Amino acid sequence: MVDVGIKLALTLTQIASVMGIVLLTVALLTLLERKVLGWMQDRMGPMEVGPYGILQPVADGLKLFFKEDIIPAGANRIMFSMAPVLSLVPALIGFAVIPFGPTWNVEWFGVEFKPFVISDINIGVLYILAFASIGAYGVILGGWSSNSKYSLLGGLRSAAQLISYELNVGLAIVGVLLLSSSLSMVTITEAQTGGFWRWYAFAPLPFPQFIAFVVFIIASVAETNRTPFDLPEAESELVAGFFTEYSGMRFAFFFLAEYANMILVSCVATVLFFGGWDAPLPFLQFHGSLEHLEWLSGMFWFTVKVYTFLFLFFWLRATLPRLRYDQLMRFGWKVLLPIALGNIVITSIMAYIFS
Amino acid sequence: MASLVFFYFASIILLTASLVVIFRNPVYSALSLLVMFFHVAGLYVTLHAEFLAVVQIMVYAGAILVLYLFVVMLLNVKREERFHGQTNVAMGLGAIMLVESFLLMLQGDTSWLSLEATPNPETMAKGNVESLGEVLYSTYLFPFELASLILLVAMVGAVILSKKGILESKSS
Repeated sequence: MVDVGIKLALTLTQIASVMGIVLLTVALLTLLERKVLGWMQDRMGPMEVGPYGILQPVADGLKLFFKEDIIPAGANRIMFSMAPVLSLVPALIGFAVIPFGPTWNVEWFGVEFKPFVISDINIGVLYILAFASIGAYGVILGGWSSNSKYSLLGGLRSAAQLISYELNVGLAIVGVLLLSSSLSMVTITEAQTGGFWRWYAFAPLPFPQFIAFVVFIIASVAETNRTPFDLPEAESELVAGFFTEYSGMRFAFFFLAEYANMILVSCVATVLFFGGWDAPLPFLQFHGSLEHLEWLSGMFWFTVKVYTFLFLFFWLRATLPRLRYDQLMRFGWKVLLPIALGNIVITSIMAYIFS
Repeated sequence: MASLVFFYFASIILLTASLVVIFRNPVYSALSLLVMFFHVAGLYVTLHAEFLAVVQIMVYAGAILVLYLFVVMLLNVKREERFHGQTNVAMGLGAIMLVESFLLMLQGDTSWLSLEATPNPETMAKGNVESLGEVLYSTYLFPFELASLILLVAMVGAVILSKKGILESKSS
């Protein structure tokens, strides 16, 4: 019984710290995005709150917290309040299977636990895909329950978009799964340790998954509703899309969900294609007599990779114009899908030859 | 403990499955179906079939039900009166099963609960996905391929139905 208690306490601590870090990162991202966009457009970005505007997230958070919570007349009240939660929870729940550092088994008070991954289940990849697909409900219900034409159209668009691009995300991952012959995020990371030439995006044999990685990133951008695929919230046509009618904390929940999803897909891309916490060159990881510090450098590299992908998201947003709806669908089904399928065929043939 | 978990999942599944036909608003029906899918997935987890559980969520909750909701929203049906003949049947059947499971729970003897049976140690060691994949692609290869063929035919049929121009231009 004591064992169960300690185990529970340890797990809860892990969950709390991961949630804390993710939400802090979200706060940081809101500032970083505006700064990066500003610099790319030759502006300064937010400068008013604090030195160089670094307290902007705090000000934004306080503002959203104190705003009036409006439920429009004719809205479906239950669904209207449930939708933001339904979109935030799936975004946060996916972090449970991400390995942030080396796979260690630490024994504490007679209980074994893995400090750098909340739960190493052997179907980790599928778990993330499953909950990513649940995220669509928040968007659809938010659009439907608002009783507004803009919201409804935004919700419909986003439902179609999420279903179409989910498929590409799933198929892009299959190549990696073929090479690692495992669905566990921890095992996939371990199979790639030892330098950047062993990461699945670059590993020359059997077949580099770089094309699959590009497909994955494009489809992920579409799944997180970011520019150039932000049709569900195209402000020039739909005001703000499915969350037009939301205000205050409910709006903040949708906002948090979008950024948490961005971090999640960056983490997944890091783990599946770029070796997770592995250093690009082996000597850049603490080793030998300093091996007990491996987690420090591992987490450093993980963070560097995740932030690189997050920067890529901002970069895309600053560079590319929004797609039209028919272009979006054609691109997803007629361009990305055949590429992803072709990658699976080639990868499986090469894996068969070279194994 | 395990039986308590089972009874929780079973009663929620019964309740939400009946609610699917009882609710007059199709969106509520779809959402109670969503809750039901999650609890069925929970039952799979208690049976150590994690793979099935996740696939259940991914396919049924993540894809099929989203499409249902999509259609319901497109048609913007606020009330649906046609299919309410099922309400009484669903409530009757649900009540019978609920009473039955309560009686079994009160009995306290859970030996009938073969659901708790220990899984085959061989498959446990190999893992869910591996053993399932091996069986699917060796023993049951033919039914598996047949099922995918049927799905393909259904897909082609759907495409033909939605593209009205194809049939007409052929016949003229």
